[in-house]
Amino acid sequence: MELVLSAGIGVLTASGVWLLFRPRTYQVIIGLSLLSYAVNLFIFGMGRLRVNAPPVLEPGGVGGLLTHTDPIPQALVLTAIVIGFAMTALFLVVLLASRGFTGTDHVDGRE
Amino acid sequence: MSWLHHLIILPILLPIVTAAALIPIDERNRTLKGVIAFTSTVVVFIISILLMQMASSSGDGEAGASVYLLGNWPAPFGIVLVLDRLSALMLVLTGLLAMATQVFSMAKWHRAGHHFHSLFLLMLAGLNGAFLTGDLFNLFVFFEMMLAASYGLLLHGSGPMRVKAGLHYIAVNLAASSLFLIGVSLIYGATGTLNMADLAMRITTIGPENRMLMEAGAALLGIAFLVKAGMWPLGFWLPATYAAATPPVAAIFAILTKVGVYILLRLSMLLFGSDAGASLGFGQSVLLYGGLLTIGFGAIGVLASQAMGRLAGYCVLVSSGTLMAAIGLGNGAVIGGALFYLVSSTLTICAFFLLIELVERARDAGADVLAVTMEAYGDVDENEEEKEGGVAVPGTMAVLGLCFCICAILLSGLPPLSGFLAKFAMLHGVFNPSSFGDDVPVSGVEWSYTALLILSGLAAMIAMNRVGIRTFWTSIEGTIPRVFLIEITPVLLLLTACVFLSFQAGPVMRYMDATAKSLSEPQNYIGRVMSAPRAGPVAGE
Repeated sequence: MELVLSAGIGVLTASGVWLLFRPRTYQVIIGLSLLSYAVNLFIFGMGRLRVNAPPVLEPGGVGGLLTHTDPIPQALVLTAIVIGFAMTALFLVVLLASRGFTGTDHVDGRE
Repeated sequence: MSWLHHLIILPILLPIVTAAALIPIDERNRTLKGVIAFTSTVVVFIISILLMQMASSSGDGEAGASVYLLGNWPAPFGIVLVLDRLSALMLVLTGLLAMATQVFSMAKWHRAGHHFHSLFLLMLAGLNGAFLTGDLFNLFVFFEMMLAASYGLLLHGSGPMRVKAGLHYIAVNLAASSLFLIGVSLIYGATGTLNMADLAMRITTIGPENRMLMEAGAALLGIAFLVKAGMWPLGFWLPATYAAATPPVAAIFAILTKVGVYILLRLSMLLFGSDAGASLGFGQSVLLYGGLLTIGFGAIGVLASQAMGRLAGYCVLVSSGTLMAAIGLGNGAVIGGALFYLVSSTLTICAFFLLIELVERARDAGADVLAVTMEAYGDVDENEEEKEGGVAVPGTMAVLGLCFCICAILLSGLPPLSGFLAKFAMLHGVFNPSSFGDDVPVSGVEWSYTALLILSGLAAMIAMNRVGIRTFWTSIEGTIPRVFLIEITPVLLLLTACVFLSFQAGPVMRYMDATAKSLSEPQNYIGRVMSAPRAGPVAGE
């Protein structure tokens, strides 16, 4: 599982960074999205990988290090996803505005 | 716990509530919206002044950090707001800038687009939150709030130039935010805490295998803030963005780079200060050399700028470079002067951005380019006959010219105003680290810092002279700009604040030195946060 997760983060980051340096706005936004997925997985991984360990307590139950996983990274990921989502939406609007003004999808507004 | 303690949350809460309340009001009632927004900013400013008094004189004798537990959870588990001298100082500075720019925007600029005042207040809330928070992830949230509002503000007024600059600005900041998150999660993975005070305690005890991860996290976090502060080579986006923004927005953006500087100062003093053990002084050399390069790059940019907006943008770079290098020197005596410089330069640059727009109404677009190129090729009209007696300077131009002169004096750091005093205080710290008159050898880096500080002032003076002469003395068209009273008043207010700083330099400098002292002894901060009392009766105790 560790190998799959780390390879996934690596591939997402590499593709994201490569796309970020491309000249088309659409490539940039896809690159930023891939980067944010990689970052979210990375935050998740920082809580250590555990199988079958819930992050929240049952009603009346007692938490323990053996049966429960760290809830904080999961809460952080939720926040990061929401913020990343909003930023992507905003960037998309700016992208369209730029396309409308300049008639091209080059990041500098001209070929 | 007295009710005064709850004032700590208000600089964040009040702008958010007001911003939300303003959204349903029809856009045609812009003046009403502006007045409501301005009133809330004034209230926040008054609260900030009260908080500053609270931070410099706590009730129980010794002054120190006041801690506000959000949700009433004890410190390492719940999120905390921490008010100390440094955060109070930043709050007051933000309030002052916000009031000035808001008044300025009400003359005409808030009509250029929708929801200007709501966005402005949300950015204010994000700024105040970033200055007050004592938790790394909470810092990220406030940082994003501030940035999200700043994207909207930068695009205010629309147009191809702003959309292009906005596109670059958003892409750069989104990438930096990703680095921020990676840094925060690495630090959490290595130390198991996000609370800054708790982190400072744990840093001394973590093992070598985790220390490497923690330092990698801190470095990534640092890059995110250095992008914001505009360190060379991470700050190329800055002059173009600031020049494209509408004048009131560019003026309030002057404080945005200082958020990066503030957090770098806070974290480097707290985490890698005197008690850090093996991580002592981590990242200081990067800050020092990066800061020096930024001053150099900024100074060259100042000299090469043709438009005044870009000139001001490069002044922002010089200012944050000076501050970063001052932090990187790792000398407690410089920090006090650096804080004085932070306040003085931010006020000056804000006033300058506002002034540029007023001055540029008088001149045609080509004059900026002419100012530089005509100098290179020699004046063409040298042999023209002088008119007898000269021309009377109109009143508006006289006031604008006076403001411009004060800006030039402040930016280049000439006596007698606060720009000079700030640089003098920093250099005094460099040459006399512990007390006056001791014979500590001055290293090569410190000499180059001194040289760059003075040369950047010279560059600013040359550039301002050139622009000033071309604008006020040899105006080609000679049109007098129409300036409203509410547009010139904020500029005068900000410059008066600088003059006030110059005359009250003694008390102000004492406050700054006390701030620097409390930063270099973070035990008080850590102790207050970790032992913060919970409010009301608590179950299970």
